[in-house]
Amino acid sequence: MHLFRTMHRVMLFLCVILLAPISQSLAQQDNRIDINSLGQGNFSQVSDKIAKLSRTGDIKLVPVFEALAAGDLYVRKTDKVVFIAKANSNVLTLTDTITGTSAGEGAKADFERIKVNNNLRRAVRTAIGALTLLSPDREVRLRAAYSVFSSPSEDALELLETAIASEEDGPIKSIMKQARAAAILKSDRSLDDKRAAVKTIVERGDRDALSILSAAQGNADGELRKDIDRALEHLHSVQALWDAGQNIWYGLSLGSVLLLAAVGLAITFGVMGIINMAHGEMVMLGAYTTFVVQEVIRSSYPELFDWSLIIALPLAFCITGLIGLSIERGIIRFLYGRPLETLLATWGVSLILQQGVRSIFGPSNREVGNPTWMSGGFEFGGMMLTYNRMWIVIFAAAVFLTLLFVLKRTRFGLQMRAVTQNRKMASSMGIKTPWVDALTFALGSGIAGIAGVALSQIDNVSPNLGQSYIIDSFMVVVFGGVGNLWGTLVGALSLGVVNKLLEPYIGAVLGKILILVLIILFIQRRPRGLFALKGRAVEA
Amino acid sequence: MNIKACMTGVLLAGLLSATALQGAFAAEDTIKIGILHSLSGTMAISETTLKDAMLMLIDEQNKKGGVLGKKLEAVVVDPASDWPLFAEKARDLIEKDKVAAVFGCWTSVSRKSVLPVFKELDNLLFYPVQYEGEESERNVFYTGAAPNQQAIPAVDYLAENEGVERWVLAGTDYVYPRTTNKILEAYLKAKGVAAEDIMVSYTPFGHKDWQTIVSDIKKFGSAGKKTAVVSTINGDANVPFYKELGNQGVKAEDIPVVAFSVGEEELAGLDTTPLVGHLAAWNYFQSVDTPTNAEFIKTWRAYTKNEKRVTNDPMEAHYIGFNMWVKAVEAAGTTEPDKVIDSIVGVSVPNLSGGYSTMMPNHHITKPVLIGEIQSDGQFETVFKTPGLLVGDEWSDYLPDSKNLISDWRKPMSCGNFNVATGKCGGKGS
Repeated sequence: MHLFRTMHRVMLFLCVILLAPISQSLAQQDNRIDINSLGQGNFSQVSDKIAKLSRTGDIKLVPVFEALAAGDLYVRKTDKVVFIAKANSNVLTLTDTITGTSAGEGAKADFERIKVNNNLRRAVRTAIGALTLLSPDREVRLRAAYSVFSSPSEDALELLETAIASEEDGPIKSIMKQARAAAILKSDRSLDDKRAAVKTIVERGDRDALSILSAAQGNADGELRKDIDRALEHLHSVQALWDAGQNIWYGLSLGSVLLLAAVGLAITFGVMGIINMAHGEMVMLGAYTTFVVQEVIRSSYPELFDWSLIIALPLAFCITGLIGLSIERGIIRFLYGRPLETLLATWGVSLILQQGVRSIFGPSNREVGNPTWMSGGFEFGGMMLTYNRMWIVIFAAAVFLTLLFVLKRTRFGLQMRAVTQNRKMASSMGIKTPWVDALTFALGSGIAGIAGVALSQIDNVSPNLGQSYIIDSFMVVVFGGVGNLWGTLVGALSLGVVNKLLEPYIGAVLGKILILVLIILFIQRRPRGLFALKGRAVEA
Repeated sequence: MNIKACMTGVLLAGLLSATALQGAFAAEDTIKIGILHSLSGTMAISETTLKDAMLMLIDEQNKKGGVLGKKLEAVVVDPASDWPLFAEKARDLIEKDKVAAVFGCWTSVSRKSVLPVFKELDNLLFYPVQYEGEESERNVFYTGAAPNQQAIPAVDYLAENEGVERWVLAGTDYVYPRTTNKILEAYLKAKGVAAEDIMVSYTPFGHKDWQTIVSDIKKFGSAGKKTAVVSTINGDANVPFYKELGNQGVKAEDIPVVAFSVGEEELAGLDTTPLVGHLAAWNYFQSVDTPTNAEFIKTWRAYTKNEKRVTNDPMEAHYIGFNMWVKAVEAAGTTEPDKVIDSIVGVSVPNLSGGYSTMMPNHHITKPVLIGEIQSDGQFETVFKTPGLLVGDEWSDYLPDSKNLISDWRKPMSCGNFNVATGKCGGKGS
């Protein structure tokens, strides 16, 4: 059975490619004329020609269409012949559209590129889908099935039915069936066919199903209309559940961004009590470190690009840590116990750092690329999860746990806590308090730096990067309770989730305002935040 | 001790008289031009380029022998993205430096803050950025696009070529997006789009977390009708917005986004491969294939000594505005603002997209409208160009408040808000 099926498909495919030269020796001439005519006319005319060409079912057209979508199709100005060409400065390397063989080189000035717009790209996507539905390559077939599904049309029905009959790969077959169902809803087939199609579509249970059925709803009546209405109602209720889950996920993801930005400040401000206005600039410097690392990788070791973030992490930690150390030694240590002066001095430092970066790297955004494992997303039931957000959630958790470990389980952490709780006692026990201060500040700055590496993936890398995080960071630390890491965690996540749950109902602008009002009210009631420290250290 | 104080005094006096002398000397020999663009703060990202562009234009003009036989001298100040500081710096430029004209501002709020200064001291401001309209002032020349030169043709293109029936109007929460969206909403409703097919969403400046909004857009787009997003999202917020679009798999073929504030400069910070096909509407693209544009890009890159430096629409606006000013000054034979205001109306200069732009009596200019699709190299490919030039419409015809107003600064009317219904000058505004 299996063997027979495979044979069947191979035969079908062979028919297309082996019989094509015989049956289409004349058609090939036509094809060439049609292909050459792609170089003329406006977008909608070209789109019609693509549809016409794809009806020939000639699989050799696929590279031509792919080149068209990629903008690699050129027309020779003198005789209007169309070529597939790769541009290399001013020279084009030409390929024949029918034979796929090299056709020499040409000067760019003698050719005109065939322009594409979204309409054409859609037409090409559908055409390639239809042409490759019978391809022996599983990946290609899957892509073809998806593209036929995303733009269903009556014309594709017969082809789909042939493809379904010979398909034995489960997932591909079900997409093909859904594509067929979507096409049936657009056709004038019998009522029973359409009702069956509605059932097939509902099984998808996602937004695409919603979209197809809503479109069909308009021109359906009687039994079919009732079916569709019921199906839509069901889909809406399923979607509402997923939406709730999605909002909570968004909240966690926003919360983890806030956590990353604030956790360094939780050390410098929370533990040491320094109002560090230059905290945001440490984040910014971390992001610029990522940019520099990527620039070096791009120019010298392009194959390492996916590792760029991992290389940038320790570098960013060291660089911002060192800068933090020198700020502490050079400025802040003279200002302990004078919070206003500290605030002004660190604010000055933040301006200097910003303008410094602006002078070196320029005022405009710098491109920090996403490694392949951080771009795109995947569907999880009815939710869309994007990789960059997912990794940032994981990364924030990892940074938080590491920091907790350092504070609670290492000697340095012990000394740090000792110094902040009772400086005199710690000093008389032989702890070098000035050095602990310096290293604590360096640690907080270093963590801000690695936060910058992560945030470069979702934000602009510009000199203003840090400014936009400083207020949020202070908000989280104060809300969570000064001096308590767990408070920072709970503060960040609850602010994130509340923000994202409010946003769909009252909009982003009002949501942000409401959050600020809530925080003000909360601080009025509990000035020390969620988790207030108790004990002598607080009163001191 | 005494001798030392004496010496310092003499030195100081010498220094003062030297600068005074130099000032007087300079004033006689050169014409000063003020450049009022932020070089620090949030807007530095966009405005620094315009400062460089102005310096280049002035430099080029001086190579041609200056204006009226005198060299031009640029006076650069930094208003630091701080709106009240714009007004202070504008006052300094006009009162202390005695500039003949000022080129500058970005965002309507900065323009509104300098307006009283220009009116009081009677000087000229050339404003190079697209804006929401609903304004026409005697002392201001608007070389950027009015809504009818950008937003409305873009919406028409999407409706006609992509068959869009459902619209998301997404913008940053300030005056330009709010007014533009108000005009667009009125326009779409006049074209028969139902209210439930329009979704309006505003976000704060510098918004970063676009997850909810992008997912709302997807939800709105799954109603079975072709959907498009009209974006008036400004500045830095665009990069995370487009990243989120790409990551959530919103393809231009399915839900295209047309933007009015995203140009070559903004795309420079992005990998545009997932964004191919999203659109922007401007009056100029760097990719425009004309000899004047090729020459302009070449000069620009040579001037900035950067082979990759991109050009953008507000730069072209300054190019047009500056050349218009030069021509008007030469026609008037003086740089006196009142004379230049009279002589500049009707002046035509070449633009970079292969035609001529003319200063109209309403102090707006004629421009072609280009719709471009983002390419993988961060450039735009023009997919549509209006056949003729459009005149900037200062008072929108689609808003009930302003549909009866016109502006004509030629004598004897000299009115920025003439009400054709009542036949009187003075309606909305001042």
